[in-house]
Amino acid sequence: MSRVASVGDLELLRETLRSRRDAKRSREPWIAVCAGTGCLALGAKKVIDAFRGELRRRGLGTEVVLKETGCPGFCEKGPIVVVYPEGVHYIKVDPADVPEIVEETIVKGRLIDRLLYVDPVTGGRDVHEEEIPFYKHQTRVLINKNIKIDPKNIDDYISEGGYSALSRALSSMTPQEVVDEVKSSGLRGRGGGGFPTGLKWESARKAEGSPKYVIVNCDEGDPGAFMDRALMEGNPHSVLEGLIIGAYAIGSVEGFIYVRAEYPLAVENARVSISQAREYGLLGEDILGSGFNFDVRLHRGAGAFVSGESTALMNAIEGKVGEPKPKYVHTSERGLWSRPSLLNNVETWANIPLIINMGADWFSSIGTERSKGTKIFSLVGKVNNTGLVEVPMGMTLREIIFDIGGGIPGGKRVKGVQTGGPSGGIIPEGHLDTPVDFDELTRLGSMMGSGSIIVLDEDTCAVDLARYFVDFLCDESCGKCVPCREGLRQMRDILSDIVAGRGKGEDLEVLREIAHLMKAASLCALGRTAANPVLSTIRYFKDEYLAHIEDQRCPALVCEGLISYFIRPDLCIACGICERNCPEGAISEAEVGKGEDTFMVIDQSRCSRCGICFHVCPSKVMAVARTSGRSAPQQLP
Amino acid sequence: MDAFYQEKVDEIIGRYQGQEGFLIQLLLDLQGELHWIPREVISHLSERLAVPKSQIYRIASFYKAINLTPVGRHMIQVCMGTACQVRGAQKVLDYAASKLDIGPEETTPDLAFSLRKVNCLGCCSMGPVMTVDGEYHGGVTLEGTEKVLKDLR
Repeated sequence: MSRVASVGDLELLRETLRSRRDAKRSREPWIAVCAGTGCLALGAKKVIDAFRGELRRRGLGTEVVLKETGCPGFCEKGPIVVVYPEGVHYIKVDPADVPEIVEETIVKGRLIDRLLYVDPVTGGRDVHEEEIPFYKHQTRVLINKNIKIDPKNIDDYISEGGYSALSRALSSMTPQEVVDEVKSSGLRGRGGGGFPTGLKWESARKAEGSPKYVIVNCDEGDPGAFMDRALMEGNPHSVLEGLIIGAYAIGSVEGFIYVRAEYPLAVENARVSISQAREYGLLGEDILGSGFNFDVRLHRGAGAFVSGESTALMNAIEGKVGEPKPKYVHTSERGLWSRPSLLNNVETWANIPLIINMGADWFSSIGTERSKGTKIFSLVGKVNNTGLVEVPMGMTLREIIFDIGGGIPGGKRVKGVQTGGPSGGIIPEGHLDTPVDFDELTRLGSMMGSGSIIVLDEDTCAVDLARYFVDFLCDESCGKCVPCREGLRQMRDILSDIVAGRGKGEDLEVLREIAHLMKAASLCALGRTAANPVLSTIRYFKDEYLAHIEDQRCPALVCEGLISYFIRPDLCIACGICERNCPEGAISEAEVGKGEDTFMVIDQSRCSRCGICFHVCPSKVMAVARTSGRSAPQQLP
Repeated sequence: MDAFYQEKVDEIIGRYQGQEGFLIQLLLDLQGELHWIPREVISHLSERLAVPKSQIYRIASFYKAINLTPVGRHMIQVCMGTACQVRGAQKVLDYAASKLDIGPEETTPDLAFSLRKVNCLGCCSMGPVMTVDGEYHGGVTLEGTEKVLKDLR
């Protein structure tokens, strides 16, 4: 690699890369295999190895390009393989399918029907990404390039137009003009709070003190959210380009990319992108001949949810324990090492090159009155098409879940959605027509958070879910301030009692009181929002709380302490799987008379209600039954 | 101190010469190489870096990715993120715990297995998710868990 010393050099490089690429692609097909963590978990590495072996065996190793790309979002159907130039989109590809793909699709140009997406409504087969409902209803401006880019190769990003926003900013915009553009775009922070990004930039630009720092927050701790992982893994240069533009805008010479320890591939790809950008001179001194100097360091998180809070994250970068500090002064004025520091989330940074290239007007034409642009959501839980979806702000939850997500599996009823992670809340089915933006979700007692949408069906217990979040936050609270540390512990104790059938009449009132206190008195956002899951479930699912408290009954049949298990003699085939798996030794064969069919019984006095028998009973048999609110029927033969 | 530890520690310290705030990164590197951080390593670090032991312990005990006790040869992590939770992660965790006869965050006495809860690995689409020695398994069932554990024995 040689240094790209000027804007002209960059354009020349882009032209060379494009013509080389296009010349090759006009002759030969090329293959993209998603190598994001999701597809890798489903065996994409083996698919990639199989392609490599098969292409070599056929002597096509140098002609047909095989790319290990970023995540296009359709994780449910992984591993995903796309054959270009046609753009044939294959799903659930197994290594055994690879020789056939090479023979039929690559060599002969034919489709393999069984690997195409089948539309559940029409029954037809969709060949291209654009036809598949999951993609069709999205507006993909941030994650659309992931499937075409090898994230470990900067040339791929440059030939797709990468770093043109940086060259535009450096060559034809003043730092103030960059800030103004971001301000008028209406972009709001994608990490949780939705603070106007432009205002943050403005205040960091105006702040006195030197050096100034810019920081990427990729400590995506909200369980259920993984859009930042997909961007950092799949298109790291788009984040880096945004960061360099931000540094130019506020006058920073040093930046940090903070990636959580649980994302090893994101750490790796961030590291590679930094070193490649440095080799090209897109980081370092005199970037693109503009006289602007800037460099970036990578900081790995070490596993602490609270460290995603901005002041805590800055403490961690300083090498200290990642606990929050009181924010008497904004971090944009006094942040890292008490210097002005501009911290934005991964998705926020990735929006910057788009705003600079396409203009603030284009950006603000997408979305709602007060929430502009697109937002990537992770659509997960009890929904058919799980994955990452990028939609304009203002699309309704119902459209996201049913048009894109394909509805609820098993014909079950949707109970609600959980948004905003542990700081968010649960929105019931009746509000699914709400347009999703920052303000609407807050109005419903939840929040946007980083953008997780966890779909819940009738098998989810609202009380148990609230207990789960409080339990999660109890572990993750740093313990520095009393309202958060003790408030969470008290809430956990009360909720644990309720799900175990020991709830008391005054519990709901006490929970509300604690919630109010935590909101008013906690040091950071973790504590101030920690009660949201509890408050929103009390608001929308009060009858479920009352069923637990007054009737010792869990309507969703989830809370172990309130469920009794028994085996239906008419269905049981006495295979003994439950007996072998019961950790308490509570299951044995019933004594039956001669010639009668035998079956298993559960000794209720020894049963710990773990439910393993229910889950291991073969799906063809399903002889283990559950009941709640009353004891199991007597089962003596 | 063991010569092997000494050499490793000194080599890793060398990587961060002159950088501010490197202590967490250094501990993560050590964690990656040694899988846990023994007491004598902390003493040695404290001397070499002129940082009080208490400060190193404060950091090492705050972060989940750093182990102060030995871990098993096989590391089983069960993701407890919300998406996995609503698809039955608790059952998977309970089942693995009962099969290994240890609780979460514990190691078997023969140092063969460690079992961990982990907060969201970001592959929420295929929950419940479990990692075994760093390899991801999606859509985990109780049967699948039993098979994975049996294969490692």
